[in-house]
Parts: sequence; structure tokens; C-alpha cells
Amino acid sequence: MAETTVIEAIRSTLEEEMALDDRIFLIGEDVEAGGVFRATDGLSKKFPGRVIDSPLAESGIVGISIGAAHYGLRPIAEIQFADFIHSAFDQLCSEASRWCYRTSGDAHLPMVVRTPWGGGVHGGQHHSQSIEAYYAHMPGIKVVAPSFPADYRSLLKAAIADPNPVLFLEHKRTYRLIKQDLAENRGEARIGKARVTRTGSDLTIVAYGLMLHESLAAAEALASEGIECTVVDLLTLNPLDHETLLEAAKATGKVLIVYEDTLTGGFGAELAAIIAEHAFEYLDAPVRRLAGPDIPSMPYHHAMEDFFMPNREKIAEAARSLAAY
Amino acid sequence: MATVTMPQLGESVTEGTILKWMKQPGEPVALDDSLCEIETEKVTAELPSPFEGTMGAIIVPEGDTVEVDQPLCEVIEGAVGATGGTAPAAPAEGKWSGGPMSIPPEESAVAAPAPPSTRVPAKSAPKPTAATRGPEPRGRFYSPAVLRLASEHTVELGEIMGTGIGGRVTRRDVEKVIAAGPKVVPSLATPPATSVARGEASSPGIAAYEVVPFSPTRRSIAANLQRSNSEAPQAWTMVEADVTGLVALRGRERERFLADEGVDLTLLPYFTMAVCETLREFPALNARWEGEELRRYHALNIGIAIAAESGLVVPVVHNAGDLSVAGLAKAIAGLVARAQTRKLRLEDIEGGTFTVNNTGSFGSIVSKPIVNYPQVAIVTMERVVKRAVVMEGDAIAIRSMVNVCLSFDHRVADGLDAGGFLAALKRRLEAFASR
Repeated sequence: MAETTVIEAIRSTLEEEMALDDRIFLIGEDVEAGGVFRATDGLSKKFPGRVIDSPLAESGIVGISIGAAHYGLRPIAEIQFADFIHSAFDQLCSEASRWCYRTSGDAHLPMVVRTPWGGGVHGGQHHSQSIEAYYAHMPGIKVVAPSFPADYRSLLKAAIADPNPVLFLEHKRTYRLIKQDLAENRGEARIGKARVTRTGSDLTIVAYGLMLHESLAAAEALASEGIECTVVDLLTLNPLDHETLLEAAKATGKVLIVYEDTLTGGFGAELAAIIAEHAFEYLDAPVRRLAGPDIPSMPYHHAMEDFFMPNREKIAEAARSLAAY
Repeated sequence: MATVTMPQLGESVTEGTILKWMKQPGEPVALDDSLCEIETEKVTAELPSPFEGTMGAIIVPEGDTVEVDQPLCEVIEGAVGATGGTAPAAPAEGKWSGGPMSIPPEESAVAAPAPPSTRVPAKSAPKPTAATRGPEPRGRFYSPAVLRLASEHTVELGEIMGTGIGGRVTRRDVEKVIAAGPKVVPSLATPPATSVARGEASSPGIAAYEVVPFSPTRRSIAANLQRSNSEAPQAWTMVEADVTGLVALRGRERERFLADEGVDLTLLPYFTMAVCETLREFPALNARWEGEELRRYHALNIGIAIAAESGLVVPVVHNAGDLSVAGLAKAIAGLVARAQTRKLRLEDIEGGTFTVNNTGSFGSIVSKPIVNYPQVAIVTMERVVKRAVVMEGDAIAIRSMVNVCLSFDHRVADGLDAGGFLAALKRRLEAFASR
């Protein structure tokens, strides 16, 4: 069976959904030409007038999407790099997130904001950042961060169908790195539902995005040493699947949280707090976080980038010490 | 200022409960003065002061349980009664109350605000068995998961060899211990009918319950019995003996015995003596299963099960095989007295090689004892009852009969040993009349 990349899973899903619902349109920088990662390749020809190039103004991209959604359209905005999304912070957090709440649930904003995030592509300081913690903090915006092509597909469909704003995070390093036979049935991913990707009794690793793949590689290596890991793919950061997270934490009593963002106040801090609060009596070791160092941004130089990013070796090392605790 | 810590009273003992403080802050403390009374799962002991001076702060209140090596109280070192922070100031003329080690008057002026820590009489050097000085090593750390599992399954954490960093007991270690044994006495694991009885009043007949805290003794009994039941496959057998002669003998001797020896004569010393003699004949049962080896002992150290108010204890009559009936009677009476006043010493309870249980004292006529692990056998003497017995020549007579029950670790002994032992014991019990 042919294997599908992450980027192709996204592109084909957009195409399918646009064909099904003509209220859907795409807006973003260079999307008409197919986008820098080719996520919208060929779509402007197929759906004339529904793939709209925007000026380099993220606040405008999101603002237009909000307005269009108010009027009954289903906008899918693309922020070319997640690093640029902050100029739309006010639109997302002060406007989009609150619409349903402000109207006591009378009105909704069915919009999706897609954006490539994360490092590992030598993108330097403006093309490598992790932004999930800022937005997962904001009630009213769903934040989705899949890892496998099939999940990109199911969750993008779910995000488009969702009546409220969804921030759809696409890890750019995985775009062409991760391939999967889409017929492989791992269960349809749903927003708000995490998945236990691997089961082992020694410790639990929790991750999402590229780090999920690095964690799985580390778990594979550790298995040959006799250390068996459970690996949880969060898939959705907000709303978070507490149940799966806590079950996996309780099952082993030792939890390693891996995220690519800088350590302090990163999304993993929330995970650690939830586990400490609700699984305390099951813990057999301190909850550990493996994350980027607290420096302002991911550097460009490959050695520096390697230093910044957690990877399979660093994860395996942290897991070993936790298993031995 | 010296810190007195919880001593380790016995090999596997990990904690102790302060029953009573016998010194209060400010009171003078001489070397070896009793500071407090400590109850552990094995013994109750008074803690002799390893220091000399004045009692300082009490760190652990009465009734609290702390782990071995945890600080209990402070003693302000100096001559006996030398004053520290809370005590009244020393007399100006430097007269120190009592004690052989008076502090010279010139030091008394500084003694009141600051304890004279420079002067440590050699005699007050800490006794390693009782307490140590200086910074204490941190007690064993147990994670929340380990503590929860241990309390749910009544696991003795102190007995587990940890495999984590620094020998830490991991959750996996506890799970292995739990998996090795059966699911525990349920009444210890969960209070009965918790969900129903907690005041929900769904059925009016069920009263509210109270939670009974486990004493160290209770925990120890539970752990040992559970271990015995789960590790040792136990077989049980019984004989009945005609002790009409023995009962008559005891009746004849009782009054004189009390006058001569000062203790009441019961059947138990006779029984114990018969057991000792029979064990000489069947040494396989005078043994302990220690780890992977079976140790057969030459000495006959007979444990006597005693139902004390605080719970079952099994103090040991050491070298019981060397004692006469009078010697046994006195030794047993001494153990009973110490058990009931909680004054048993460590040596009273260690080293047993076989156990005798006088279940007849409760009126029982048959019982199934559990082997006192790591020993391999336990015998009971049931109540002596008069029964109509068919004698030789088909005559029917009223005789004093007693049942003797034996439980034994079938890994170690077979029916041949056990049956032979009981038959020989029966023979000895029945022969007492002719002695």
C-alpha cells in the first residue's frame, strides 16, 4: 500500500473537504501558489476564488477569518510559520476565543487556523518556535497537535467540522519525514482524545508532534535494554484528555514529559501539575520534564539546534534514569 | 545539644511508638536514665539516655510512631541537671545538683544561656545500640505509590530489599511482594463494609464503624502469620492422649510446689518437658527455614504462645531441654508476667526453634495453629476434658483426655516425622503417672 506523508494527508484532506462544502475557503500568505510547504498545492486551480492570498499581516488573516465565519463561511487560515502567529494573538485570544462565550452559546465561529510549528529544519530564530503553550492557555480555542498522517487527516476533518475556533498545529519537520499507510487502522482520532501508542510497564512518556516520534524511537531502543515504555500521543492539547493521561501515569507511576518548547511554563508543566494533583498516590518517582532550555529562541546553527531540541538519545537517557529511580 | 534518636530494637524493626515520656524538659538526666518507653512490633523497651545533662525538647509526642534513626528528643549535655534553655538558671555559686561530673564553677556563668558543649565526659559517649549523635541519615524514602500499595496490602516495607537508586523500595518491588503472597487478610486491607456503613444509612440495621489503628505488634503478627500461611505449605494432624495420671500428679504436687517454688503449677511445664524430650527424638521439627537453607538446631528454644492484652506474643524459653519441670514452670511464669506488663526484652522473643501453644486455656478442644515462621512446627495442648473412654478389655472408664494438635511445614517434614512425633509425645504424656 502506498504510504502518505503528513503534508499530503493535509493537502488531500483540504481538497476533499473543499469539494464537499463550498463554504470552505483558504486564506494565507502564498497559499494561491501552493504555500511554502505545498499544503495547498493545486487547490487554487481546482477551487477558483476559494484560495486567497493575503498580505503579510497575520492579524488580518485571522481577523478576516473571524468576519467570514460570522457570516456563515468556513474559513481555513494558514499562518505561514507559527512564529508569525503572535501578531494575530489579540484576534485569536480576545475575539475568536470568546465569541461563543460572549453570546452564551448562541453564536459560533467555525474557523480553523493551520500553522507549521517546531524545529529541526534549521529554520533559525523565526521559523522554528513552539507556540502551543500560549494558545492552549486560552479557553475557547481548541489546540490540536497530531503526529501521524492518519491523525492529521481525521483531526483536520474534525477541526473543519467543529463549530468553534481550532488552532491546528502541523509539525513542519514531520511534513515529509513521517509516512503512513492511511489504510492502517489505529482508530479515528477525535478532538480531545489522546492515544496510547505503545504500552510498557516501566515508565510513561507523554509527547506530541515530532517529540512523539522521537519518544517512540527512544522507547524502541530502550526495549532492547529491557526498559518498557508506555508512550502517550496527546493529539489534542486543549481540551486535554485527562483520563488517558492519568491512566497512563498511574499504570507505571513514573512519567517523563517531552516537549520541544522552552522548559519553564511550557505545556508540559501543565501536564506535570495535572499528574501530581490527580495521580499523586500512584507516583513512584518525581514527574520529569525534558524540554528545550530556557533561552529566547531556537538557534540556527545545527550544533546549537541539536543542543536545544530534545531527541531520541536525550529521551532515552532521561528514561533510563527515571526507570532506575 | 545532643539529639536522641529512635534505636533499632530488633533485626527487622523499622519503627517504634513512643508510649510514654519518663523525662520532661528541664529535668536532670543521668547517663542511662530511662527517657521514654518505646513500643515496637517486637518488644516494649525503655530507652536509656546515651547522654548526661538536662532534658531538652521532646520532638516526638506520646503515641506517635517514627522510623528508626529519627530524632526523638534533645538532651542538653553537661553535668546532670546542668541547665539549658528551658530549665531554671544555675545557682550563682556554681553548686550543681547531684551527679558525679560537676562542671567547674568558672564555667557555670556561661552555662545558663549556652549549653557547655565543649565538655563531653567520656562516660556520656553515645551508645551505638541506643542512639547516635550528630546529623542523622535520612530515613528510607517511600514514594506515594509505595506507601499506598503497602497500606492497601499490609506489606511490611522494612522487610523489602529495594532495587531503586540507593536501595529505594520501588513500586515494582512492592508489587512483586504482593504478587508473591495471597491477597492478604481482607479485614486488614479494607475496613469491612466501608461504603455501606459510612453513615449513608441505606439500611438502618448497619451501624457506623470505627477505624482501629494497627499497633506495631498487630502489624507484626499479621505480617508473620500471612508470610507463614503463604510461604509454608502446612499440614495438620492430631492425637488424643490420656492424661489422667498427669492430672493426678499435678494435683498432688500443686500445693507443695507453690510453697516451694513460688509459682502455680500448671500442666504446661509438664507438657513442655514432654515436647522437649520428644524433639530430641525427632530433631527434624526443631528447625528454622532461613532463606534457602534449613537450620536444624541443637538447642531447644521453645516459644510459648501467650495471649497478652496487646496481642499474641511468643516469648522463648531458651534451652528448655535443660530445665526441670520447676525450671520450666518458673521460666514460663516469668515470660507470662513480662508479656502482660509489656516488659519483654529483645532476648525474650528471639531465637525460638519450636512453639508450644496452650490453646486449652481458652477452652478449645481442637485447633489448627499456624506455624510460627521461620520455625517449622507448632504443637497445641488443648483443654483437658473428662470423657468416657473404652479401655482395654472393653471396659468403659472416665478418663482425663487431651487433644494434641500439630501443624508443620510440609516442605521440611513429612507425615512420618509428624506422626512419629505426636505418637511419641502421646506416649510421654500418658507415662507421667508412672514417673
